[in-house]
Amino acid sequence: MIVSSKTTKTRDFEFPNAPGQKTLRSKDISQAIGFTVLVLCIVFALMFLGSLIYFIVANGLSVISWEFLTQVPRRAMTQGGVAPAIVGTFYLTLGAIAFSLPLGLACAIYLTEYSPKSIAVNVIRLSINNLAGVPSIVYGLFGFAIFVKVFGFGVSILSGSLTLGIMALPGIISASQEAILAVPQSYKEASLALGATHWQTIKKIVLPTALPGILTGVILNVGRVAGETAPILFTAATFYTRGYPDSIFSEVMALPYHIYALMTEGTRPEVQTQIAYGCSLILLCLVLTISALAIILRQRQRREYGS
Amino acid sequence: MTRFRENLYKWIFTILAFASLVFLVGIILTLLKEAFPIFAEIKLFKFLLGSQWYPTYEPPDFGILPLILASVLVTFGAMVVAVPIGVGSALYIHELAGETQRAFLKPIIEILAGIPSIVFGFFGMVIVAPFLQKLLGIPTGLNAFTASLVLGIMATPTVCSISEDALSFVPRSFREASLALGANRWQTLMRVVAPAAGSGISTAIILGIGRAVGETMTVLMVAGGAAVIPKSIFDPVRPMTSTIAAEMGEAVMGSPHYSALFAIALILFLITLVINIIAEIISRRYRLKLGLGR
Repeated sequence: MIVSSKTTKTRDFEFPNAPGQKTLRSKDISQAIGFTVLVLCIVFALMFLGSLIYFIVANGLSVISWEFLTQVPRRAMTQGGVAPAIVGTFYLTLGAIAFSLPLGLACAIYLTEYSPKSIAVNVIRLSINNLAGVPSIVYGLFGFAIFVKVFGFGVSILSGSLTLGIMALPGIISASQEAILAVPQSYKEASLALGATHWQTIKKIVLPTALPGILTGVILNVGRVAGETAPILFTAATFYTRGYPDSIFSEVMALPYHIYALMTEGTRPEVQTQIAYGCSLILLCLVLTISALAIILRQRQRREYGS
Repeated sequence: MTRFRENLYKWIFTILAFASLVFLVGIILTLLKEAFPIFAEIKLFKFLLGSQWYPTYEPPDFGILPLILASVLVTFGAMVVAVPIGVGSALYIHELAGETQRAFLKPIIEILAGIPSIVFGFFGMVIVAPFLQKLLGIPTGLNAFTASLVLGIMATPTVCSISEDALSFVPRSFREASLALGANRWQTLMRVVAPAAGSGISTAIILGIGRAVGETMTVLMVAGGAAVIPKSIFDPVRPMTSTIAAEMGEAVMGSPHYSALFAIALILFLITLVINIIAEIISRRYRLKLGLGR
């Protein structure tokens, strides 16, 4: 794919076509072929992803009804709705953000506002980068061993939210960092020059200015957290609950896990596949709407700051 | 008083900032602690290179070679799909897409990167697998090939969007100089712009590999799940991630099976750690090379 610049030989340095001269040379042919291949690449990618969305929407739409969205499941998951799974996903996501937002924001403030250039900062940066690359199933095992077993929270909303929260942390930190760094230096200098302390400047100037950017980053991560399955497999999710969760210590149904369970458990695969289509459509709409919202917001902000 | 409060806040932030480090160390220690008992039962060497994975037999066999090979095979297959298509799409967006198309394509790609893996798994299971089974006349559509294809498409938006960022960092002057020397757009793209963005594109590929190795739900649903050494790419396989996801629920806590699963997680963790460090080193060099600083 990538041709090293060293392969350039002198014969390639011909004079460009004189005006009006129309001979087709080998480099024009290779350009035509090359550009066609690039077009095919993006067309294939968009077609595959488009067909995914098409099949899920086409099959899922007929399943979705008011009842499907608002009722609890009945008759071993083959009738009724998936409301507890929607509610469960909402709780888990909310819990994860409630945990990771303050922590992530504090970390971003430290890294951008307080950090002296030291080994400590490098260590923190390195651990954030590595945390971002840890496979989701490893988070799941960690959450199971620590929150479910050692802390004794059991398979619960709390364990699941904490696990998802740790997973969302690196994303929240880097989004907040980006937002804080985008605050013009002159704002801070003006505030400090007026006699405000460092903390007052952060609280009254930096954070309010960076707030839209931070929110965008948070929304983007909400979308990712809501769709995760592996971290909640052993920490929070269950195939079936009678009703809605009543405390943070109860296990919950969640949309992503519900899709998996419908496809791998139970006794009526055809009916369950239809319900799984419905759940996939809800999840897809949820996640795509959230991330589209975040991306539109972010583009608007970037234009505002002109960066 | 003010000074006291200033210092207090500084300390609070400093302490909270170390949370990521605490979690990372916590993950490492937890995995080590829970994985440790298995190595009293079986030598590390035999664990890594044993070709039999029968954790529930009596006596059990804990050889994870089939699982490692499955992960390698599926990840490699995914990259065969994701690298050309992802980098190709990035080159298209960079060079051929006009201003309007780019304003439209870039967010679309990013939004597609956010499709949950469970949705890909579901799509692979109900649409792609039966389709390929019919098309190729193979006994089962749930195999390493299908998993590679679905995983590859799933990683494509990530590879594409990081590659595109790398391409857009290449200074305009590089391109202008090349065009001024009489090279056409294709030559400029392939011999000047792409090589200049080379390490950024490598970072994209390495991060894509990291994602594919660690991806769980898609392979769990699509790869077929047979824990034997694959003979062909159309065999069902069971990569490391899906082994953990599929078996953790039934493993008795504290049993050798339980700690074997944690040992697999530890190995996965180490693999992704190495991948991340390589990506970090390459991207640091790249930024220095183009004079972007840190």
